[in-house]
Amino acid sequence: MKDALIKGGFVFDPLNGVDGEKMDISLSNGRVVEKVGRGAEVVDATGMTVMPGGVDLHSHIAGSKINIGRLMRPEDHRKDQVPKGPITRGGVGYSCPSTFVTGYRYAQMGYTSVMEAAMPPLSARHVHEELNDTPIIDKAAFTLFGNNYFTLKYVRDGDHDRLKAFVAWLLRASRGYAVKIVNPGGVENWKWGRNVNGLDGNVDDYGITPRQIITSLARVNEELGLPHTIHLHCNNLGMPGNYKTTIDTMEVAKAVKPADGRKTTIHVVHVQFNALAGSNWGNVKSGAPMIAEYVNANPHVTLDLGQAIFTDTTTMTGDGPWQFNLWNMTGNKWVNSDVEMEAGAGVVPYTFKANNPANSVQWGIGVELALQVKDPWRVYMTTDHPNGGPFTFYPQVMAWLMSRKARTDAMNDMNKAIMKRTDLANNYREYTFSDLAVTTRAGTARALGLKDKGHLGVGADADVAVYRVNPETWRPSQYKELEKAFGRAAYTVKGGQVVVKDGEVVAAPMGATHWVDARVPEGLEKELMKDVEEEFKKYYTVSLRNYPVEDAYLPVQLVHRATGGEA
Amino acid sequence: MRYEDVVCPFCGCLCDDLEVSVEDGHITEVKNACGISRSKFMNHGANRLEHPMVDGKKASLDSAVKEAVDLLSKAERPLVYGLSSTECGAIGKAVEIAETMGGIIDNTSSVCHGPTILALQQVGESKASLGEIRNRADLVIFWGSNPTEAHLRHITRYSGMPKGMYVPEGRKGRKIIVVDVRETGSGKLADRFIKVRPGSDFELLQALRACVRGRELPAEEVAGVPMAEVKELADQMKEARFGIVFFGLGLTQSEGRHMNIDAAVGLVAELNRHTKFVLTPMRGHYNVAGANTVTTWQTGYPYAVDFSRGYPRYNPGEFTSVDLLSRGEVDATLVVASDPASNFPVDAATNLAKMPVVTLEQKTTPTTMMSKVAIPVATAGVEAEGTAYRMDGVPLRLKKLVEPPKGVHPDEEVLDMILKGLKEAKR
Repeated sequence: MKDALIKGGFVFDPLNGVDGEKMDISLSNGRVVEKVGRGAEVVDATGMTVMPGGVDLHSHIAGSKINIGRLMRPEDHRKDQVPKGPITRGGVGYSCPSTFVTGYRYAQMGYTSVMEAAMPPLSARHVHEELNDTPIIDKAAFTLFGNNYFTLKYVRDGDHDRLKAFVAWLLRASRGYAVKIVNPGGVENWKWGRNVNGLDGNVDDYGITPRQIITSLARVNEELGLPHTIHLHCNNLGMPGNYKTTIDTMEVAKAVKPADGRKTTIHVVHVQFNALAGSNWGNVKSGAPMIAEYVNANPHVTLDLGQAIFTDTTTMTGDGPWQFNLWNMTGNKWVNSDVEMEAGAGVVPYTFKANNPANSVQWGIGVELALQVKDPWRVYMTTDHPNGGPFTFYPQVMAWLMSRKARTDAMNDMNKAIMKRTDLANNYREYTFSDLAVTTRAGTARALGLKDKGHLGVGADADVAVYRVNPETWRPSQYKELEKAFGRAAYTVKGGQVVVKDGEVVAAPMGATHWVDARVPEGLEKELMKDVEEEFKKYYTVSLRNYPVEDAYLPVQLVHRATGGEA
Repeated sequence: MRYEDVVCPFCGCLCDDLEVSVEDGHITEVKNACGISRSKFMNHGANRLEHPMVDGKKASLDSAVKEAVDLLSKAERPLVYGLSSTECGAIGKAVEIAETMGGIIDNTSSVCHGPTILALQQVGESKASLGEIRNRADLVIFWGSNPTEAHLRHITRYSGMPKGMYVPEGRKGRKIIVVDVRETGSGKLADRFIKVRPGSDFELLQALRACVRGRELPAEEVAGVPMAEVKELADQMKEARFGIVFFGLGLTQSEGRHMNIDAAVGLVAELNRHTKFVLTPMRGHYNVAGANTVTTWQTGYPYAVDFSRGYPRYNPGEFTSVDLLSRGEVDATLVVASDPASNFPVDAATNLAKMPVVTLEQKTTPTTMMSKVAIPVATAGVEAEGTAYRMDGVPLRLKKLVEPPKGVHPDEEVLDMILKGLKEAKR
């Protein structure tokens, strides 16, 4: 591959303290380098914005859940049909895009790394097969732990060591990147058709609480030195008044000692759905100020938005009981899918409507969280694709964060509840380009512990996005231009190769799948396996030998060694 | 050499506990398998298609591929069909071939559980992996399905006999009910057999749903079942701790088709307001679930996908193979791992015989005999690796136990040769 030189752009590289300076970025052999010689391919970025490639830390792009969404929604696909191109595959888009289209569209927005947020270990092969059919971007998947039989059992028995060994083993067996927890205990109770009643509710057959599950997994996570913190979908999602549960949950992780090199111990996902104040959907209002106040005072927490978009989308979570509730509320079609010993999932189509008071409040909560949490390094822009809305709406969200006018124009079209039940009208904050780079790449890469992503220092991965907007002359009133620029990157460079030019895909190489190799002492691992083997025979319907994901499913892999655990 | 924990490539149960002994490159013994599975392993070498054939004459692989490319690239409305008895890599290639040709891709679900998918697209589905059934179900209903003859180890391995976490007694801890038009082998094994009048499943399902909702129906019997028994069954379902309906072609391919499944899904959803209830289709071919899965992640749609406009379009009834062939709309067909000449209705099979057909098969079949080009392939799960999806969506890795006959390649490799040829021909 030829060397490349991104020339003359305004560079935003917050991890290296670069804030809109005019400079050239040199790329060679897939890395950022000091300089390249003559003969390098020159990418003319004059007058444009240059950032590291985008890093999405929470999205549903691969595996059984999104594929149920695709399967059940032919009507969604009809809105967005994508023909085959000279070098691209055909497919469908909108809320449940086909794998190829997912890769192309992320790259077209300058995103080069995307995390699949929920992988049931039993169907990990499915996730990896789909990731292998998702071109261009690097990716990783988070393994579900919060309702796994072994987690619950070891928490019940207070067997911390074996829990640690289990987390290390299952990450390896599923080729996962992080510890994902969804409605801890609630999904287990859902297997009998029930939910768990908040942080201190009872996990029926185990006599433990979600609080214990979260504490144990957070401790194990940090002791193993995993690159990312626990990645948590709270209890009580979608229930007005739940902002209290969310704050209590964040507080649970406060006493946990973080792994070397970071201050954070918990990432709370799509907080929009978990920052509801009020007591029912009729009087729901924003709980964002209370959450922001807590986050501003407590450096151990990071969060992402799960911003709501006014469109027809498809909700899909590992939170079976919540999806059942949503089916009862909407009467839309409902798929439930329980996975033995480990997890569950539900899928329900949903339309966020601007004229609906509750939906407009939800919209406001997402934006408020982004604006009221003062430190952009700890609040990340997502839509929890496709739950809040499809990821292709990111440019709109960026505009709302960067332009008060964009927000005001949007709010003028909404139900009046947005003015009364959120405090957005009084918020004048506007993200800078640097803030935007933090919330969409530098901050997310740091939270994930992806040391070579999210920045453009020497040695970083040669993943670069160039946007056709001049940060020196752009004014917030021109938010439509910003939307356009961030929707169709002038250039996206992945691993040193130009993959998007003028918003069109010009090359579709295969990205890597990242996973974490964590280890515990051999004796402990042996002890664990003895138990796992016995339990598999009794309760699983696949044999233990057929459970771990084979190398064949990771043709391009990047292994991260965890830093702790051995001692 | 003995292989343990081998995955069986026969039916949707995808049992993964087989032990296979191999000596001198031949399979000599198979343990833990059902009769059909053992026969598949032991006889995988019998009746093989020995050479690539073009116009009924032996040909080299290269010339057979070249001929296949030639006739497929000349076709105006080519169809790719089959795919449920091969591994996922081959299915992916087949989708790309259809896309490259601007043709249609369809798999065998269009003649089995296609209606199940149509119902899912209308109303959804509440389902669970088979281990959930093993560990929790105390009420198991087989409706229009007959595992004792079609999924031989289903009852012993997953749904009836095994001890589970909350069913420590095994069979004694479960009630099994069979609903069918006649008493099958499964019916004899059940605690209760309910005989439904042929073509009336929809009525019975709706009546049950009404009963679960607490509605009184002014009828003495429904679908041949006395009202008292309908009520009793509804109560039994409501009172179960964890219930499951396994349904088969008795529901999907009888009067009402997808409406039957719609009614079953509605009944099960309703039951979730009282207890935990799920349903799962009894998928036949071992990887028909994989054919739907791969086609869906690549195109958005599970079967009956047309690429003639460059982007995928989905319309069962229009782009399903039997309909296309019966109407004479197709002018060339690529068949992979299926035998439509034996199985399709006569109109469709007759039209198939009139056009150039390319078939990838392990064995000599009526379809290979009527094909212009027939190419022998390795047997996935015996001679080639790959992924297969169990009836409940659990993906497993198929193993390679023995070498395929000399010069014989896996489906995926042969499809890749054809794909490369087609891309070349387009230039």
